[in-house]
Amino acid sequence: MTSIREQFGRDEWTRHTPKQKLMRYAILFGCALAIVWALGSIEVVWAWVWGAPEQIGDLFGRMYPPDPTNLGTILKVLWDTVNIATFATALAVLLSLPVAYISAQNTTPNRATLWLGRLILVTSRSVNTIIWALLFVAIFGPGIVAGIVAIMFRSIGFIGKLLGEAIEEIDTRPVEALEATGASRFKVIVYAIIPQVMPTFWAITILRWDINLRESTVLGLVGAGGIGIILQGAIDTFNWPEVATILLAIIALVILGEVISAFLRRRIL
Amino acid sequence: MSVQRDTWVKPPFIANPVLRWAVYLGVIGYFGWVSLTMPIDWARVAAGIERAGRIFSGAFPPSFERSSLLIDGFVESLKIAILATAGGVLLSIPIAFMAARNVVPLPVFYIGRAIIIIARSFHPVIVAILFVKAVGFGPFAGVLTLIVYSVGFVAKMLAERIEEIDFGQVEALRAAGAPYLSTLFYAIFPQIMPRQIGLTIYQLDSNLRASAVIGIVGAGGIGSTLANAFGRYDYDFALAITIVIVAVILISEAVSGVIRKRIQ
Repeated sequence: MTSIREQFGRDEWTRHTPKQKLMRYAILFGCALAIVWALGSIEVVWAWVWGAPEQIGDLFGRMYPPDPTNLGTILKVLWDTVNIATFATALAVLLSLPVAYISAQNTTPNRATLWLGRLILVTSRSVNTIIWALLFVAIFGPGIVAGIVAIMFRSIGFIGKLLGEAIEEIDTRPVEALEATGASRFKVIVYAIIPQVMPTFWAITILRWDINLRESTVLGLVGAGGIGIILQGAIDTFNWPEVATILLAIIALVILGEVISAFLRRRIL
Repeated sequence: MSVQRDTWVKPPFIANPVLRWAVYLGVIGYFGWVSLTMPIDWARVAAGIERAGRIFSGAFPPSFERSSLLIDGFVESLKIAILATAGGVLLSIPIAFMAARNVVPLPVFYIGRAIIIIARSFHPVIVAILFVKAVGFGPFAGVLTLIVYSVGFVAKMLAERIEEIDFGQVEALRAAGAPYLSTLFYAIFPQIMPRQIGLTIYQLDSNLRASAVIGIVGAGGIGSTLANAFGRYDYDFALAITIVIVAVILISEAVSGVIRKRIQ
């Protein structure tokens, strides 16, 4: 049997060499330094921090018990929220198909379209839904339309990017086979590319619908329709029991959305 | 043997024709009905186009005149993100253990899962509003919000990783008579550490992004600056802020990508 000394060049077994240890401590020290800097210089009224648990407890105390008198209205607005998410996802999927096509390296017609595609994807993804919503509420006025367009603008980047990556990973042999038989560009897309990316396409659509359901619950806070509007109203009027009902409704909606998307994923994929 | 045909026909998406047409009609019916009942004020939309022109002409060129305000907002967002990541990750480790089926008894598992589901259900903006009401305007509400947001994501992913660990090492330590904490430190932590570090970096990036949004409802950081600029119709300053937000997000995405690649 080899001794520990022969195996590791040390008398005792340790997990890391001294150099690794030094590196680890340096990184930990760096993290600690960043936290201390942030903690020391952040503009916070510390009295509020110490009072926070009590304040939060008080808030929850006021919410109990939830008040279901407006449940009818809440469910109706919840339905609007579902419609915003579903509609926006459907439109975004349609619009992102050409964007994905031109932003995938192997299908894009030329360099200019490739960069145009990438520009659309980056712009769409890097602006948050709420910021898109602020803009579209200014344009379309408060309501469900601004919400749909805002979520659609945000989703195009997400769907387009993932779908573009899926197109880049396809097997090129079916494409070549069809091209060799003299098939038109359109037929190549329909018979060689689409069947290969179909499963990914459905997976992305379902995933984005699930995300959009969550996102559309807050659109109302900036006036873009959905459950957020009555949530904001209830908070502004300090109607905490109703706030509790709305929050419970949102949890139910999100869990339902997850159940539905898990079911669809199992059936389709 | 199947029916002989002269031409190949693409197999249908859903084999059962009744179900297939029911699904198609249902989808068409849903979209048709919702688009007909949707309250769209076309006059408002038409007026909106003109309004959009005004916003865009007001926004160009972007104004970087008050860049000190911009930088202050960003530094505050960065501080919020750092504190929330530290707090959120620390808190999510015990919660992840509670929510991993293979290391805790069933009742504890349900509590852990419930915490994660609640933390994940609410959009950070909703959580931010509640915290702003409870503890007042400013970065503290932002930190609390993003802690909840981080727990929802990090604890969920970490719990999944804990459920996948190789249990042989745990059994070996238990067989050697190691106490619970030693089992934790020597058999479980080393296995989940790489995932934990990757998640932390990802979450820092994600928190920086989210801190730009929760500021819109008063939880501090660059979002507050942006909301103020929008509220005062300073569209040129708002555009400048948006451009910088996009730039910072792209940079932080690139940096965290590089770090994660080096760790793996």
